[in-house]
Amino acid sequence: MAEPAWSRRRINVTKQHSATAFPVFPPKGDTSVMAGVYGPAEVKVSKEIYDRATLEVLVYPKVGLPGVRERSQEQCVRETCEASLLLSLHPRSSLTLILQVLHDAGSLLSCCLNAACMALMDAGLSMSCLFCGVTCAISTEGEIITDPTAAQEKESRALMTFAIDSKEHRVMMSSTRGSFSVQELQQCIAISQKASEKIFQFYRDSVRRRYSKNL
Amino acid sequence: MFSVLKERVGDVLLPGDEFCCGPQETLSLTDSGKPERLVAGPGIRQSGDRLLVSRSGVLRHKEPNKFWIESQQRRYVPAKGETVIGIVTAKSGDVFKVDFGGSEQASLSYLAFEGATKRNRPNVQVGDLVFAQFVVANKDMEPELVCIDGSGRANGMGVFGAGGLLIKVSLGLVRRLLAPHSDLRADLEKLFPCELVVGMNGRVWVRAASVQQTLIVANLLQSCDTMTPSQRQQLFKRVQQGGL
Repeated sequence: MAEPAWSRRRINVTKQHSATAFPVFPPKGDTSVMAGVYGPAEVKVSKEIYDRATLEVLVYPKVGLPGVRERSQEQCVRETCEASLLLSLHPRSSLTLILQVLHDAGSLLSCCLNAACMALMDAGLSMSCLFCGVTCAISTEGEIITDPTAAQEKESRALMTFAIDSKEHRVMMSSTRGSFSVQELQQCIAISQKASEKIFQFYRDSVRRRYSKNL
Repeated sequence: MFSVLKERVGDVLLPGDEFCCGPQETLSLTDSGKPERLVAGPGIRQSGDRLLVSRSGVLRHKEPNKFWIESQQRRYVPAKGETVIGIVTAKSGDVFKVDFGGSEQASLSYLAFEGATKRNRPNVQVGDLVFAQFVVANKDMEPELVCIDGSGRANGMGVFGAGGLLIKVSLGLVRRLLAPHSDLRADLEKLFPCELVVGMNGRVWVRAASVQQTLIVANLLQSCDTMTPSQRQQLFKRVQQGGL
């Protein structure tokens, strides 16, 4: 079983207009995603929901226009965010989350999830729990690798991305490709849950650094 | 009481952190006999005995039982009783629509000004700045502003704005400016005489003796948002000596 291997992680949090934050989050190699959150803002009458906020997620690839792949990534991120945000505090408002892919070197969806969570938390939106994304790849020999690079992803027999929540370490969202057995799935979930603790500790350290200045 | 929370005051907490505040096991003889209820402020949600943190920030405490999370944000969510600076965007019938930087526009009735009657309408045009307070501000209803207080007096509220500059800052800076013994305000007073209107929605209106001084004060406010007190005092000293 492979241990998760983290490379250098950077977090830049700067403030723009409204409630924005953009963390740059490379899980392995140089995968970087920039996230911006806007809201609660006005929403079009056609999109408004009477008792909760309307969350819109937009993923922009590094090159070209967003296509079907970005749409499916948006849906994964949106479902995870809707499960952890307290949307009923802002009815008839819109929250927009924009993810710009700066560099893709593997594990993109989990990088997007991590960036999204940090951006939402930094913007001050009320959340019931935090979430993080972990990617596992099963190679052709049956070895489980976490945070695979693009080359490892291509050669893998199966690729799974899980979103894990911070309170009970349960799976909030899973996106899988390839063929694998039930035991392998359970092993991957266990590995992801263990890896998620490190990510949550990173969140805590980053936020602590952010509030460390005595203003 | 609330010892579990009190020992965490000043710590940085994240959404999802939970505290159990069960009833006290032992009652001291000096207690009045009534269990104290905790007042959960912004960022903390209460469900039965459990307290859930819903925002990231620093836990603060005010005696005897108020706890809240202080976070750094820029987007304003209206709350009743807060005074804000709004921009009049439309006049529709007897009501003005005011943009205060929230998710929808607030309504301000023309009768909600001091000395306004049906015959004596206030002189408010589209594009004017108003300093008003929220009388209705919850998530389910359209927010409403008024420019009078409970006794019908203006108390500083109303239309203003000739000749100054309106800037947008973070909510934390605004709270620091409005705090009772604010260092920031004391430092600013030593600089130049200027007029400041501070709205809790992150908008600050500045007017000083000349356009240049107004611009200097506006730029200082925006840049000292993220500075520690010592950095800020250094910057102000440089400005006072005419360095900038």
